[in-house]
Amino acid sequence: MARFGHRTLEKNSILMLVVTLIVVSIGGLVEIVPLYYLDSTVEKVRGMRPYTPLELVGRNIYIREGCYNCHSQMVRSLRDEVDRYGHYSLAAESMYDHPFQWGSKRTGPDLARVGGRYSDDWHREHLIRPKNVVPESIMPGYPFLQERPAELDAVEADLRANAALGVPYTEEMIANARADAAAQADPESDGAEAVMARYPKAQVRDFDGNPDMVSEMDAMIAYLQMLGTLVDFDAFRAEGEALR
Amino acid sequence: MVGSSGRPDETPTTGHEWDGITEFNNPLPRWWLWTFYATVLWAVAYWIAMPAWPLVEGYTRGLLGYSQRAVVAGQVADRDAMQARYVERIAAASLEEIAADPELLSFALAGGRSAYAVNCSQCHGSGAEGAVGYPNLNDDDWLWGGSLEAIAYTIRHGVRNESDESRYSEMPAYGRDGFLEPEQIVAVVRYVLSLSAGGDGPVAGEGADIFAEQCSICHGEDGRGSVDLGAPNLTDAIWLFGGDYESVLAQVQNSRGGVMPAWGERLPPETIKQLAIYVHALGGGT
Repeated sequence: MARFGHRTLEKNSILMLVVTLIVVSIGGLVEIVPLYYLDSTVEKVRGMRPYTPLELVGRNIYIREGCYNCHSQMVRSLRDEVDRYGHYSLAAESMYDHPFQWGSKRTGPDLARVGGRYSDDWHREHLIRPKNVVPESIMPGYPFLQERPAELDAVEADLRANAALGVPYTEEMIANARADAAAQADPESDGAEAVMARYPKAQVRDFDGNPDMVSEMDAMIAYLQMLGTLVDFDAFRAEGEALR
Repeated sequence: MVGSSGRPDETPTTGHEWDGITEFNNPLPRWWLWTFYATVLWAVAYWIAMPAWPLVEGYTRGLLGYSQRAVVAGQVADRDAMQARYVERIAAASLEEIAADPELLSFALAGGRSAYAVNCSQCHGSGAEGAVGYPNLNDDDWLWGGSLEAIAYTIRHGVRNESDESRYSEMPAYGRDGFLEPEQIVAVVRYVLSLSAGGDGPVAGEGADIFAEQCSICHGEDGRGSVDLGAPNLTDAIWLFGGDYESVLAQVQNSRGGVMPAWGERLPPETIKQLAIYVHALGGGT
């Protein structure tokens, strides 16, 4: 058959593969490409900043322990969720997450806005043995977090890797990463003010109540206590360009 | 495969042939075909009606102007409007007036219960039973007072937080900070435990003397505590950090104190009132 038809395609596997790829990629291009250039997909909000080094270490522990298997980090725009968890999540709130922790499984509650809801003591007690504070909880305990020193040697490389992915860490932030991570858990230290200057709204406290060591508990609580606390919702308009 | 005629030789083929194998060209069932056309039409209608296609600038909004954000904002506004006639009266009424009005009381109890479940249950327990370090709200033992007003104040301003109006008390860490010698601490702990032990009553001796000197300023000479100072009653069987020897020793030694957020900074005043009514109904007094 001279003309290019079904018969040609069906009898030529490589050609079939190429044409299949073209057809499938159209769907992908239409869905994915606009996300890179449309302003309304990631609307700008005030208040977002990259994670502090200590928060980033805590976030890595969160991922290591598989917290995302039971906890989502996305408040959906439904009334019951807004009533329970607070303002629905915005895409911009995950802009420095690599990878994001939206999750799809809620055996436990959503954590997108857990920051500041409970005291550090509560978090410590709860992470050691959740049943101590919530008797009906089925969450496992993570008592080892307070005994293990946080892995601070890798945090500088971690910041650098995030910077390569587009997170706006400056050279100054990267150079001071290790010192900042230690200083955030020690309000008495010289570096505490520098952390707050570099990372607005950073919380500087001895999160785990043990001043002798920057533990994984410190990092974990530092991360949990900042979740959802950055965006200034007074300056956010739900209408306008980003309406959807 | 056999065609609709039932006779293989009369059914047309597609014309495709591989090594002598051909394929019958049977028509698709009508119901299937029409369902397929209907879904195509539905898709086109959906593109027109709803937000669908990305453009160079923005995207097609759709004729219906649907927005999930507008929907949730509308639902919240509808709910607020439905509750407004109660919420406005609660805002205007005093706590005693709410408690005295059966209609407002039942609304406040229901609203307070759901606000409690979202905001308070994590520490005080889903049944308000408390936990070590977090007070039980069902009993009639109140650190800062169990009247409606006292409970509302505690909820509004919290305990030991950064707010200026927060409830605040701090017990000295007698052991850690070296105010008492170890044997003195043991003596006073034995005396404190004897206060609630019943039987022959408190034991006199060194412990009693130290208690009178160091502890009675806040906990009272009889150990019954003071709601004005947030000092717990030591003569009952209710203990915040545990009532066994080890726990009381640890408390005198290191002194712990819980923290409660100032909910007035997070929740509207009407919700605080509903919470106060609900918590008072659990175990409140006067």
